[in-house]
Amino acid sequence: MKTRSIVSLLILLLASAGTAEAQNLAGEVAAIRQQLLDMQREYEARISELELRVERAEAKASGAEREASEAFEIAEQTAIDQSSGASAANTFNPALGAVLTGRYADIDRGWEQVPGFLRGGEIGTGESGFSLGEAEINLKANVDGNFFGNLTFALADEDGAVDVEFEEAWLQTSGFPGGWSLTGGRMFSAAGYLNKFHRHADDFADRPLPYQAFFGGQYIVDGIRASWIAPTSLLLELGGELTWGAGFPASANGKTSPGAYTLFAKLGGDVGVSHSWQVGASWIDVDAVERSSGEEDGGADPATFTGDSDLALIDFVWKWAPEGNSGVRNFKLQGEYFSRSESGVFDSLLYDGDQTGWYLQGIWQFVPRWRVGLRHETVDADNIGSLLGTELEDPGRSSSRSSLMLDWSPSEFSRLRVQYTNDRVLSDTDQQFLLQYIMSVGAHGAHEF
Amino acid sequence: MRFILVLFIACLTPLSANALDVFACEPEWGSLVQELAGDKAAITVATTAFQDPHRLQAKPSLIAAMRGADLVVCTGADLEIGWLPLLLRRAGSANVQPGSTGYFLAADFVRKLEVPTLIDRSQGDIHPQGNPHVHLDPRNLRRISTALEQRLAAIDPANAAHYESRLTDFQARWAAAIETWEERAAGLSGLRVATNHRSFSYLAAWLDINVVATLEPRPGIPASGAQLATLLEQLSPNPPAAVLRTPYSNERPAIWLSERLDIPEVTLPYTVGGTTGAVDLFRLFDETISMLQELSE
Repeated sequence: MKTRSIVSLLILLLASAGTAEAQNLAGEVAAIRQQLLDMQREYEARISELELRVERAEAKASGAEREASEAFEIAEQTAIDQSSGASAANTFNPALGAVLTGRYADIDRGWEQVPGFLRGGEIGTGESGFSLGEAEINLKANVDGNFFGNLTFALADEDGAVDVEFEEAWLQTSGFPGGWSLTGGRMFSAAGYLNKFHRHADDFADRPLPYQAFFGGQYIVDGIRASWIAPTSLLLELGGELTWGAGFPASANGKTSPGAYTLFAKLGGDVGVSHSWQVGASWIDVDAVERSSGEEDGGADPATFTGDSDLALIDFVWKWAPEGNSGVRNFKLQGEYFSRSESGVFDSLLYDGDQTGWYLQGIWQFVPRWRVGLRHETVDADNIGSLLGTELEDPGRSSSRSSLMLDWSPSEFSRLRVQYTNDRVLSDTDQQFLLQYIMSVGAHGAHEF
Repeated sequence: MRFILVLFIACLTPLSANALDVFACEPEWGSLVQELAGDKAAITVATTAFQDPHRLQAKPSLIAAMRGADLVVCTGADLEIGWLPLLLRRAGSANVQPGSTGYFLAADFVRKLEVPTLIDRSQGDIHPQGNPHVHLDPRNLRRISTALEQRLAAIDPANAAHYESRLTDFQARWAAAIETWEERAAGLSGLRVATNHRSFSYLAAWLDINVVATLEPRPGIPASGAQLATLLEQLSPNPPAAVLRTPYSNERPAIWLSERLDIPEVTLPYTVGGTTGAVDLFRLFDETISMLQELSE
């Protein structure tokens, strides 16, 4: 019994000792856990604090970035504004440009009048040797929001005296609605194709023969022009001019005003990306009163013409450039046909004449800056009346010329040209050689198509 | 005969009347208007990537297109001086004349590079306002798109919300694209190239590419044989990685030089449509950077 008690006691003791140890362990575990939890909480707090700080820093940084980019924007905008130029008194000066031309010619048998045609304007082959061409001066600018103004005059030497030619002085409406446009003043008539170009833009050293015979070089009119462009994908332009004469073949006079009118139509477009074309038809109706013929030589009154002069004109131009990129290679073919009928009194003689003329020319730019061109031109007069011995005496043959030219343009503003012409205007053929320079200084406006 | 008459009348039928008629001088602006306006604009683009925008002519088809334009979007900085003023005078309505809301010149909204200090024709065909080829820095396009959207909204207020949402969308995609391009082009920094004309100045400035030579001795003036020979001599000791040119430039000088230096001659798309892949502004830069990356490898 006693032994049993001792064993029980021992067991109890042992057990109680085990329990105490276990209890101790459990306590430690709990403490560690607690510590861990505390640490975790502490770290979480720290992490969230850090996160908050990072967030704040980030916000600050992005704010700074935004501010920086805003500052950059402002700086950029200021730079852009400043680069747009300053204002000064001469800021409003019109575009000013001058074209200087000159030539050297080798001509044996020159002419000043085409047989069978009344002389008008400056025509003819000119003289052999070096001669200064026209110095053309052009001013242009917007007058205000409604009008555009253009003035061109040319200085030429006439036997030692300076001759000022008043070529253009016109105003044009800007941005008229509905495709309408009004032009008034002295201007190059819109009839024909080549007529609207300044001579410095010509592809040959001289104007085609029909231009010389029918227009005295260029049909310049004083009057008003209205034109309208149709709202179509092809260009269709219709227009008319009412003019009070001045330029040959019209005449400046106080008796019939307006003394002439012009009607014109143009149609143009593209074929694919490489081809562009334009065709035109024009009608010029002139009531001439004492239209002077030729220069007043030696004080003698020149012969005059009074009567009707009606001219029909058909023109076309076709341009080709690979991919429509004309800078490297391009080709241009143009031609015009003239048919005029005149009836009236010439130098107190009854006169009735039908005259026709045409030219065809091709210009080939084969490498950048270099072009060759070939032109054939002919005019024919069929005049009825007892005109023997006068300028209008029917020559019984047509006058024609053929020209070959080569030009080189070191830049867009300079051009040097050599031209050979086989001239059959007079009864004998003449071989003519021309060297020409065309230089442009200052502002140079865009050329028409 | 009757068929011809019908065809003729068909060609003369009026253009679209309800959409905003936009006349864009160059393909990049046509594309940008397309991004911002979507189907609200009928766009006529005057030039292709294969046409030199300096040397276009005021041809009849462009006069006809200008006649109905509600908005003209061009580069400016005198790039189109040879033809745009004439088109505007021949056919432009009051709404698109210089100074009006309908006359938008992209170069007015960015900082120009290479602004000449000496304005003289002896320096070649220079642009007094600076290099006009601004579109090849995509950051410029972001700036221009903001200004262009304002114009579109001003001209066509009924669709202002449409333009605004398209702008937001475009600019988000554009910003992401710029980031990608800049990452891809990181290796191009310092790449040495020669160019035919100063067409890539903005691209070079953006990507830190080093244009060591320009084939044209002066802007717009093609190099003569002697000038090319001198250039060859100068470049021979340390040739650039390539000769870059635009699709519209004369290929001969670039090919001549690249053959002698034994380096590639690369025609970058330059603008939308310059390569078959460059179908829009995004693909234009994708392709450009891919082509440049091939050089730096």
